[in-house]
Amino acid sequence: MKMFEYMGKELFAKFGIPTPKGRMVTNPEDAAKVAAEIGGPCVVKSQVLSGKRGKAGGIKFPNTPEEAKAAAKEVLAMTIQGLPVECVLVEEKLKIDKELYMSITVDGSAKQAVMIASAYGGMEIEAQPEEYIIKKHIDPELGMHPFFARDVIRQMGVAINSPHGKEMVKIVQNLYKICKEKDAELVEINPLVFSDDKVIAADAKVTIDDDAAFRMKDLPLVDDKSPAERAAADLGLSFVELDGDIAVMANGAGITMGTLDTLQAFGGTPRNFLDCGGGTGREATAKALKILLGLKPKSMFINIFGGITRCDDVANAFKDINTELGGFPVPVVIRLVGTNQEAGREILKSIGIEAFDFMQDAARRVIELTK
Amino acid sequence: MAIIIDENTNVLVMGITGRQASFHTKQMLAYGTKIVAGCTPGKGGAVVEGIPVYNTVREACEKHRIDASVIFVPAPATKDAALENLEAGVKVVVIVTEGVPVFDEIDIVAYAKRKGAYVLGPNTFGIVSGGKCKMGIPPNQYFIKGDIGVVARSGTLTYEIVGNLTANGLGQSTVVGMGGDRAVGLTFVDVLKMFETDEQTKAVVLIGEIGGNNEEIAAEYIKEMTKPVVAFIAGKSAPPGKRMGHAGAIIERGKGTYQGKVDALTAAGAKVAPLPFEVPALIKEALGRK
Repeated sequence: MKMFEYMGKELFAKFGIPTPKGRMVTNPEDAAKVAAEIGGPCVVKSQVLSGKRGKAGGIKFPNTPEEAKAAAKEVLAMTIQGLPVECVLVEEKLKIDKELYMSITVDGSAKQAVMIASAYGGMEIEAQPEEYIIKKHIDPELGMHPFFARDVIRQMGVAINSPHGKEMVKIVQNLYKICKEKDAELVEINPLVFSDDKVIAADAKVTIDDDAAFRMKDLPLVDDKSPAERAAADLGLSFVELDGDIAVMANGAGITMGTLDTLQAFGGTPRNFLDCGGGTGREATAKALKILLGLKPKSMFINIFGGITRCDDVANAFKDINTELGGFPVPVVIRLVGTNQEAGREILKSIGIEAFDFMQDAARRVIELTK
Repeated sequence: MAIIIDENTNVLVMGITGRQASFHTKQMLAYGTKIVAGCTPGKGGAVVEGIPVYNTVREACEKHRIDASVIFVPAPATKDAALENLEAGVKVVVIVTEGVPVFDEIDIVAYAKRKGAYVLGPNTFGIVSGGKCKMGIPPNQYFIKGDIGVVARSGTLTYEIVGNLTANGLGQSTVVGMGGDRAVGLTFVDVLKMFETDEQTKAVVLIGEIGGNNEEIAAEYIKEMTKPVVAFIAGKSAPPGKRMGHAGAIIERGKGTYQGKVDALTAAGAKVAPLPFEVPALIKEALGRK
């Protein structure tokens, strides 16, 4: 789960990482109030979960409370990359002497967290030449220590005894502390700013591991999902919306991908990715089918290789929806094999749906019916 | 032969009293797995499918020789369960549980390395040595004894491909599920090396997917292998930046793409099947069988 910038900065402040003065507001009047408190040039930043806010005009630099009010009014009316701006962050405008970059993320190949830093920040880190990027893995058994931070800062070309260096030693350690204590799979400061003697996080990007939600109940929730994605997530299923014609459901991430690949190879276009997982029962399967129908596809393709999943449960879900809607509004093709296969097929037959043995045959059939 | 587990492996089931675990205990026993003990804290003294249940893994180890454990506990308890087994000296730990926080996974994998143990998963279907031993949740009927090694990141797709192999008379030496998460215990290279030296294995099927660079690293090793490798990579049609079900299955910043993996594997001499059902024909071709 991604956090808004202002939430990330609140988290930084709690963990001792310096952030600019200011706070989040939801209306122009409050923006003027915060600007008056700051008493000088400000920044009004749109709070949306997208990069490129500056390019889209979502960041303004007012000099007075009146200008801040007008800027906030304008930004709060914007939509950036399809996302409506519901709040803005009003902050002091920093005097920027130098911009740097720091982040910690998870490196799956190394099975460790990795610190990435650069003496050149402000732009996207991917745009940096390789030689400007410092990468240092954090041994999970050793954990984070001041020496680690000192070595990162040395490599960034900052004197470790300077006021900047001393502050950065703390910032590196505190970033890792956020990762560990808040299950953050990404914490990124870009840019980290030198402002006279001070070092300040001018931006904050924090992503919390979705799998750690059970122990991160105190963190604010940001819903970055579409309604269909939300409905699927509430059922514990993974869903991704695509832009084709054929609604797809299969059980397992790999086979769902393989199903989409097969459809595409035969000339079909999938409307979505829906992994209904293993062991999903009759009721949840019926709800998942409704999510698919809500996408208004031209046809539906269900691919079930039942291990834990029981074929009769899947078939009964079809029967339930068929009864409720008085038939399916679009052609349905199902490949159904595995546990309780015969029982499942009998049920499907009773509502006029034929089940296939092989994915490739079923895929060809659904494409035929979609044309 | 076979790799990692065989007919002599003594297995412990962690969380055996749970609904899923007890169901799969029955299935594993039906496959022929030598399950000797179960462990659920607080349920010591119970018996599940004829298997004695202990309160701690150490207690089970006092009564039995435990070679491998399969973990079915909920995600919040998985780190504790995995570390308990590793600390007790269990050398193969299979973690079926899905949804384990990534920093817990990192800690589990690091400790396993220190103890010289194999961790499969988290988020794996498990491992099957054809006709000998099954740990995990795959449907029994599709896994038969033979000489094809299979290594994969995802579950149902593996059943699909193993089902196709079996239907074509190609049995399996061992089918290894590494797990679909980002920080799992084994890499493709770890498993390929074992297959390369396993006498029973004559050819290997590698089932990968988009995301990460595990397949690209595997390609470097495949160059040195004497046994043929056939691969299938899922996610050709996946859009960038979207997590396709598995935490690890995502194309980020232009890395981990389908084409990049296929190119690396092909250059290394592996044959890549465009679609899952095309794997058996390529294996037969590589082994000169009809």
